[in-house]
Amino acid sequence: MIEHVPALLVVLPIVGGAVPLVASLLSDRAGWPVAAVTLTAHAALAVWLAVTVVTEGTVSYVVGGFVAPYGIELVVDGLSASVVLLVSLVALGLLAYARRAGPHANTFYSQYLLLVTGLTGMTVTGDAFNLYVFLEITGLAAYGLVASGREASAAVAALKYLIIGTVGASLYLLGVGYALAATGTLNMADLADKLAAVGYDSTLVVTAFGLMIGGLVVKVALFPLHTWQPDAYDNAPDTVSALISALVSTVSAYALARVMFSVFTVEFLTAVPAARWTLVGLASVSIVAGSALAVSQDSVQRMLAYSSVSQFGLVVAGFAIATPTAVVGATVHLLGHAVMKGGLFAATGVIERDTGASAVNGYAGMAERSPIGAGGFAVLALAMVGVPPAVGFVGKWYIVVGAVEAGIWPVVVVLLASTLLTLAYFARLVERLYFAEPTIQEEQAIADGGSAVSPGMLAVVVVTAVLAVALTALVPTLEQTLIDTLPPLLNP
Amino acid sequence: MIGPLQVDLLTSHYNYYAVMLLLGIGLYMLVESSNLVKKVIGMNIFQTGIFLFFITLAYRAGASPPVVQEGAGPYVSPLPHVLILTAIVVGVSLTAVALALIIRIYSEYGTLDEDTLKQLYYD
Repeated sequence: MIEHVPALLVVLPIVGGAVPLVASLLSDRAGWPVAAVTLTAHAALAVWLAVTVVTEGTVSYVVGGFVAPYGIELVVDGLSASVVLLVSLVALGLLAYARRAGPHANTFYSQYLLLVTGLTGMTVTGDAFNLYVFLEITGLAAYGLVASGREASAAVAALKYLIIGTVGASLYLLGVGYALAATGTLNMADLADKLAAVGYDSTLVVTAFGLMIGGLVVKVALFPLHTWQPDAYDNAPDTVSALISALVSTVSAYALARVMFSVFTVEFLTAVPAARWTLVGLASVSIVAGSALAVSQDSVQRMLAYSSVSQFGLVVAGFAIATPTAVVGATVHLLGHAVMKGGLFAATGVIERDTGASAVNGYAGMAERSPIGAGGFAVLALAMVGVPPAVGFVGKWYIVVGAVEAGIWPVVVVLLASTLLTLAYFARLVERLYFAEPTIQEEQAIADGGSAVSPGMLAVVVVTAVLAVALTALVPTLEQTLIDTLPPLLNP
Repeated sequence: MIGPLQVDLLTSHYNYYAVMLLLGIGLYMLVESSNLVKKVIGMNIFQTGIFLFFITLAYRAGASPPVVQEGAGPYVSPLPHVLILTAIVVGVSLTAVALALIIRIYSEYGTLDEDTLKQLYYD
């Protein structure tokens, strides 16, 4: 039975996603319960799968009985199991937030479930072309979700996101074409063998790497290719900002790691140093530029979006360094960032509803009016900076140690500098929240705010804040699982 | 200088030049055109270039279509055809979503011009 779980994880939300549309004929509020039931089942399966992977190792599923390399294979190892678990639990958690905050239309929940389908599919697939299909499913759902904002500017942001996202996915597809031309196969494990046989320095292989990674970098939103992200996060409804910031770029970064390690392998990075250095360079620029842009923002949500640009630079740098320590660090930071950033967006939503504040200056003195929102925001912000017991610290620590082991000193310097910048923009906010005179009057806030905060929304903020610290306890298990299930890529 | 080798490459690999041309035209329209509908058309041309690239990969001189018959063959590779069928479906859905967004933008702002839109959007 367990071997069917990867397929069920994809099928369940796609079937569940069709139900709210049909249910619209009967009730306008059917979307939320359907999504809740589907995602609870999804989470149960994901937990079961993760436990199996931790105890017994990799799980694989042959789709339609066509054996790899001819058919599509779903493969779940330690890395994918942890990402599936993250997707499932974050989507379920944010549903509690959406109950009051989110758009209530049935179609919204169809798109929500479609997004979960795409993300789960990207994570479990073991086939390069299948990854493209799920990448586009994720994209389509994400564009629709961003456009579900009440303002018309959401449509402009969604169109920008769509155009840039499509170019990214198309570049990835072109890269798959080059890999197919070089080897005649699409299965990731098979590609890894055959690309090695073709020779890593062959033009076809290097071009394929450049295009595939380049396309995914657009989706991850590293520095020069990030321009879609702040608009999209800023204009989308709060639920969607939290969901997309926590999951979409995260799973794209996972896909990048998957392509790098399972398709091209660490030997490729060693054989073609230019590829590794380009990626490390791009990531370093992203770390610094993202932080610097975040410091200069006025809107809190845009600041958080630019902060993502910087944090994903860190994750990609960790993967590109490719020593076991750095890869574990990048994975920890990838998962931790998703929880922290999703929580931060949820907290901004709570603060905005309580007080009407959405700009950096408006946050002054708001801790009194939104104690739980501000408290959660402060804890998550400090976790993101990397204050020790929090998971943000552990990820950064592993990446720094990995960089030192590999002798890549510039990354260490960049990382420390960016931590200071991160402190600069988060400390500024926390300081305002607690120690400044309010700039927004109470009456004005009530006129602006209006919609109340539900217990579910507060629970999401509190739970993410607790997780941001508690996840540290799971790091040894994660490290062990990664080292057990990914041996070929962790032995350079 | 165009030597015999270049002429040979031109005549034997003309489909790859068509691919590059389509990719170039598509990207140029995507970046340079300020009309949103033209941007979407550019996106479609860019994707079509990629589709043609896959179909070109599958081609084999003198081969027949991948329909198994008595005495036919060699066949062209059927795999890229199937992949591209999927990619075309994806492309159509993307175009549909993009056009839906454009309708919303037009009904709200009354313009399809990106520059005018930017002024309205940031004010």
